Amino acid sequence: MPSADLGAVAGSLRRLGGLVTDHLERLGYSARFFVAVVANTPAAFRRLHLTLREIYFSGVLSLVIILISGLFVGMVLALQGFDVLQRYGADQSLGVLVALSLVRELGPVVAGLLFASRAGSAITAEIGLMKATEQLAAMEMMAVDPLARVVTPRFWGGVISMPLLAALFSTLGVFGAYIVGVRLIGIDAGAFWGNMQSAVDFQKDVLNGVIKSVVFGVAVSLIAVFEGYNAKPTAEGVSSATTRTVVLSSLAILALDFVLTVFMFRGVA
Amino acid sequence: MTGGVTGYNRCPPIVTQDSVSNSTDKAAVVAGPASPPEIAVELADVTFGYDPARRVLDGISMQIPRGNVVAIMGGSGCGKTTILRLIGGQLRPQSGRVLVGGVSVPDLDRDALFELRRKFGVLFQFGALFTDLTVFENVAFTLREHADLPEALLRDLVLMKLNSVGLRGAAELMPSELSGGMARRVALARAIALDPMIVLYDEPFAGLDPISLGVVGQLIRKLNDALGITSVVVTHDIYESLRIVDYIYFVSAGKIVWEGTPSEVRATGDAFVRQFVDGQADGPVPFHYPAPSYRDELLARA
Repeated sequence: MPSADLGAVAGSLRRLGGLVTDHLERLGYSARFFVAVVANTPAAFRRLHLTLREIYFSGVLSLVIILISGLFVGMVLALQGFDVLQRYGADQSLGVLVALSLVRELGPVVAGLLFASRAGSAITAEIGLMKATEQLAAMEMMAVDPLARVVTPRFWGGVISMPLLAALFSTLGVFGAYIVGVRLIGIDAGAFWGNMQSAVDFQKDVLNGVIKSVVFGVAVSLIAVFEGYNAKPTAEGVSSATTRTVVLSSLAILALDFVLTVFMFRGVA
Repeated sequence: MTGGVTGYNRCPPIVTQDSVSNSTDKAAVVAGPASPPEIAVELADVTFGYDPARRVLDGISMQIPRGNVVAIMGGSGCGKTTILRLIGGQLRPQSGRVLVGGVSVPDLDRDALFELRRKFGVLFQFGALFTDLTVFENVAFTLREHADLPEALLRDLVLMKLNSVGLRGAAELMPSELSGGMARRVALARAIALDPMIVLYDEPFAGLDPISLGVVGQLIRKLNDALGITSVVVTHDIYESLRIVDYIYFVSAGKIVWEGTPSEVRATGDAFVRQFVDGQADGPVPFHYPAPSYRDELLARA
């Protein structure tokens, strides 16, 4: 029957439209949320100890996983890189390969992914639970804005920690490659460091990597505080918000990485 | 029924209650001719619903004189907590007035509302202590946020508040190390930290053992009288309430179905109040969720 078909088409169109407007609404809401966080920044920075505390929780407590992961990624990179490079007699360039991979890509991206699952999920869960146990409502009733007192310090704690963690990840990665490449395999140490020093450009490679890690830090921290603050105040609500933080942050990092890379290395190709 | 010993008492059927005239009558009584007690909180014909189709509150009127401890009682989900949220400005009524100290709460902008809230103390259901701060820092929270005090003075103030609830010795514990009753007392100390004008209690007795319950009840009364505050207690604990409050409103299905002093509550024959006080399973509040006829449903299935 044509009218039934028409009804089904109209129904699916309506659902599609609903889905699109829901997501647009949430996107617009998160943009306003971001503006509110930035607007609350001066007030939050006036009491710096709140932000310092969050840097400790997001940054210092993430050190173990970031340092160990960095070390192992560097060591594996050296093994794999050496295997390929020696076929072309280019094993002296191992240091260059490892340093560029880490500084440009793996440092910011892998550290960002680890940061999202270690610190981002913790921020979401903490804010979500504060909401579920009425701590945020209590704060509002005490005439204290939770956005300034709870959300903004956590956001900046994440934004400041992330580039530092990415830098440490890259550093430990290079050190891991040195252990495997020079100490284990026996590449000349002078060639390893010398080639790396001459091939890695500060602005083009290091600075661009730092820019990436700052952008990822903003994205992950914003998603984490947003999801926590807007979690349903129940056990399921907090758990699904935590999951969403990890999934959305990871996807955001990968998508942003592609976009940033396109802009940064346009001239190189 | 007690027949209006004080003029407060009335036990009208739910459907015929006229909230507006009710509140004006009572204002005359409460205000009295000689020494008019000031009205701290006033709700006039307030309606509210989370979605427009279903009203949670339907024409609520109450006047709470300064210095009184007033209980709002009713079954779970009857709109008691909603009344507190309206007084605190967390929600705006769809119609009617909410006045605190003569100021219309729904008309305040955010800054003015925050200014007003500094005169509030709120005890949340289960305390809502900040789990990342010690007991001391929980009580110090509003003092640090709103008053720029020297550390030594702040310390003395916090210890005084904690002492008044008997927990000075627990100052350095974390909220997770407290029993339910202790957590409630810490939340009470935090609620009175800024010497509020009005304290709102949301289910202060829920989940407490009898001793803690008695302690919290006595504290509510004593602090109210010692500090000259006005207390609004939302609860379903009838026995503790009868011991400590000055006046009780019974709310059911979004309306005030009965109101009176504790002695009037004990004496009344009102069906709803009796069901509530005696804990009867069936009565004006039906045991059965609305359903089609039992007989029809069983026969239809056969």
